[in-house]
Amino acid sequence: MAIIRFTLNGKPQSVDVAPEMPLLWVLRDTLGLTGTKFGCGMAICGACTVHIDGQALRSCSVQARTVAGKHVVTIEGLSTDGSHPVQKAWVEKDVPQCGYCQSGQIMGAAAMLAKNPKPSDADIDEVMKFYICRCGTYQDIRAAIHRAAELQAKGGVG
Amino acid sequence: MNSSRRGFLKSTTAGAAGLVIGFYLPERNELAAQATAAAIPARVNAWVRIGTDDSVTLMIHKSEMGQGTVTSLSQLLAEELECDWKKVRTEFPPIDPAFGLQGVFGSQSIRTGWGPLRTAGAQAHDLLIRAAAERWAIDKAECHAANGVIGNTVNASKLTFGQVAEAAAKLTPSANVPLKMPAQFKLIGKSIPRLDTRDKVTGATKFGIDVRVPGMVYAAVARCPVFGGKVVSFDAAKAKAIAGVKDAVQISNGVAVIADSTWAAFAGAKALEIKWDEGPNAAFSTAGNRKTFTEQTTQPGVSARKVGNGKAALAGAAKEINAVYEAPFLAHAPMEPLNCVAHVRADGCDVWASTQMQTGIAGVARQLTGLPPDKITIHSQYMGGGFGRRSGTDFASEAIEIAKAIKVPVKVTWSRENDIQNGLYRPASVTRFAGGLDAEGWPLVLAANIACPPMGGGGSFGGGRGGGVDSTSVEGIADLRYAIPHMQVDYHSVTGGIPTTYWRAVGYTQNTFFGESFLDELAAAGGKDPLEVRRRLLAGVPRLLGVLNLAAEKAGWEKPLPAGHHRGVAVVNNIGSFTAQVAEVSVTAGKLKVHKVVCATDCGQVVNPAIIEQQLRSAIVFGLSAALKGELTIEAGRIQQGNFHQYDVVRMDETPSVEVHIVPSTEAPGGMGEAGVPTIAPAVCNAIFAATGKRIRRLPIQAQDLA
Repeated sequence: MAIIRFTLNGKPQSVDVAPEMPLLWVLRDTLGLTGTKFGCGMAICGACTVHIDGQALRSCSVQARTVAGKHVVTIEGLSTDGSHPVQKAWVEKDVPQCGYCQSGQIMGAAAMLAKNPKPSDADIDEVMKFYICRCGTYQDIRAAIHRAAELQAKGGVG
Repeated sequence: MNSSRRGFLKSTTAGAAGLVIGFYLPERNELAAQATAAAIPARVNAWVRIGTDDSVTLMIHKSEMGQGTVTSLSQLLAEELECDWKKVRTEFPPIDPAFGLQGVFGSQSIRTGWGPLRTAGAQAHDLLIRAAAERWAIDKAECHAANGVIGNTVNASKLTFGQVAEAAAKLTPSANVPLKMPAQFKLIGKSIPRLDTRDKVTGATKFGIDVRVPGMVYAAVARCPVFGGKVVSFDAAKAKAIAGVKDAVQISNGVAVIADSTWAAFAGAKALEIKWDEGPNAAFSTAGNRKTFTEQTTQPGVSARKVGNGKAALAGAAKEINAVYEAPFLAHAPMEPLNCVAHVRADGCDVWASTQMQTGIAGVARQLTGLPPDKITIHSQYMGGGFGRRSGTDFASEAIEIAKAIKVPVKVTWSRENDIQNGLYRPASVTRFAGGLDAEGWPLVLAANIACPPMGGGGSFGGGRGGGVDSTSVEGIADLRYAIPHMQVDYHSVTGGIPTTYWRAVGYTQNTFFGESFLDELAAAGGKDPLEVRRRLLAGVPRLLGVLNLAAEKAGWEKPLPAGHHRGVAVVNNIGSFTAQVAEVSVTAGKLKVHKVVCATDCGQVVNPAIIEQQLRSAIVFGLSAALKGELTIEAGRIQQGNFHQYDVVRMDETPSVEVHIVPSTEAPGGMGEAGVPTIAPAVCNAIFAATGKRIRRLPIQAQDLA
């Protein structure tokens, strides 16, 4: 066990966990932040995506010790009230079906839009093809990302 | 309607558990003490609760796995209730006989809810009106309700639903309440935004895997890699050496590792050293299974359908066409891996699960605990996908068994590998066709010989047997609507040694691929356009002909395509709905691209068109995953695939643009969740045939099929 200190959703956080425990389980089991989902445990599906120092990473494959001193943002911290442009666009397009993968899809899309504010369909596919949705909401996700880009351009960064 | 105090308290408890992290189910007397009249909404009837604050809580007895029940069933209830839609909240209720069977499968929620839920809404509406009428001492005909407010047409005073709900709950419901005519609908038929979207974009939605109960421990189970195998002995020393692992207990299905986190439980389960008795399936292989099934189809089976002279009519055919089709084992792989939280005490059992089969889990809990039904509470959670997998009760049964052994609340989580390798499956099957054409090249005979294990063999379902025929194993072929003069369907109820359960669209998942592909073969052999053959043979089935024509028109069947693009068509009549799809594909240097799918559906009266479009887009991606990639193979009784890198699914860049057209209808509602799955594989494969001249008779589509 080891004390690991990092910033979680803008606030200082410390946990006493096995240093090799994946961040996913620190978030879900130790801290009770269940918005970040377990899907595959192998960094394939993207359901567990969080931002670490602004980068979209698969928390199932990030050991707790490696986030010491870093800024971690989860779906709960993307905005306090669902006002991030990606979340607003997701609501506008009514994207989710079962909804389980959507935390990861949203975190992935938000990180992409931060770097590429006006992505083409091909740009979106290149990033989002690494996020699995078994309900097949891909067409709606793509439309929502274009809409989020518009909202972001209008200064709606939440 | 039952309005007992106990049922009322149980409902309230379940709802709270669904919404609050770490909520613990209090003792019932404790809860009763907390339950002041002001705090708890009045139970107007089984489906409707109304608070003094005018909050409206609707009970969704068919749980939500993405198919939209939370919204569409609310629309049915609220349409007649005339409440303020903006105040609607929903809960998944515990088991209550008032709801009948609580389970969600077979695309039945709207079909079975259409009458009863509107009636329940109308009944609650009537009770509220009567309570207001009593308060005002006027006739109920002099009251009018809209948006949760009741107006007194005599003196223009008003009462809100919340102001009369308690009084309404004490009245006796009327046996006959009138329902609106479709022209009066305000909510039904409208693309109302989903009620569950907002929480799903903030991470607030609680799925089964998110349930946390005070004092809860975590468990993972090591199950025999061979189906039906048993533990001979085990050594947990290495598992217990892992930080966080508390214990290991043997259960009927394997060995459970108990830990203080999911991660430690997973690591512990992997570290167990277990000696297995692998049992009778230790030599099972997909190659052997395929051979057995294929041989079976050369023998006469049990008759599932016979029209005209059946296969015997082939003797008089001008041309005969023979083909053997195959489909593999498939896993459901919902994004939320299976999980269940259970707490078994001497005086009660609570189970928290994302489940398609609450009634089934309650039954399993009774068997395993010996407790009476009123001591068992099933707390339904949002499902991160189901696709039929969560109609099984295996995962809950396991959790209850562990909880009973360790006496504290436990959350059992399956790894993705467990999900792929230790589950319930869509069975592999083989179908042999013989077809005959008349002198003009039109289909004269269609004979099919099906070898398929009963589809529901390992889940909650008996397999729907009738006269030795598993109806779900032959659906999609035995119920083909084509007017072919001579048809015969034979069935072999083979066993595969692998537990099966329903997979989204069940028998139609493979049989519609087989049947619609073979029909295309008959068309090609007769030198006919596949659309024209279908039109001719469906002349007597107007709703199926209607969607076929609509899809063809919207896809521009007669119009030229971009160079290298080709079309294929397929139709299906399943779950009370009629669906046609036209797929547009290209095959370039051995690489398949599905560009576009035009889908037309006639599902009777529509509750929420936007959700229907979602479901069809969803079904097309789901079916396409199976057509392009889905295959489990088995060697030495072991499934060879373990995670999404070996059991891949369609991704965004492989997703076609999907266009949906809904036929306006006054017919009774049909199902939708499974309507769009069956036709995508044959539509795509028929388009590939148009592109390459190669007929694909085995799924998934292989690289060599496209070369």
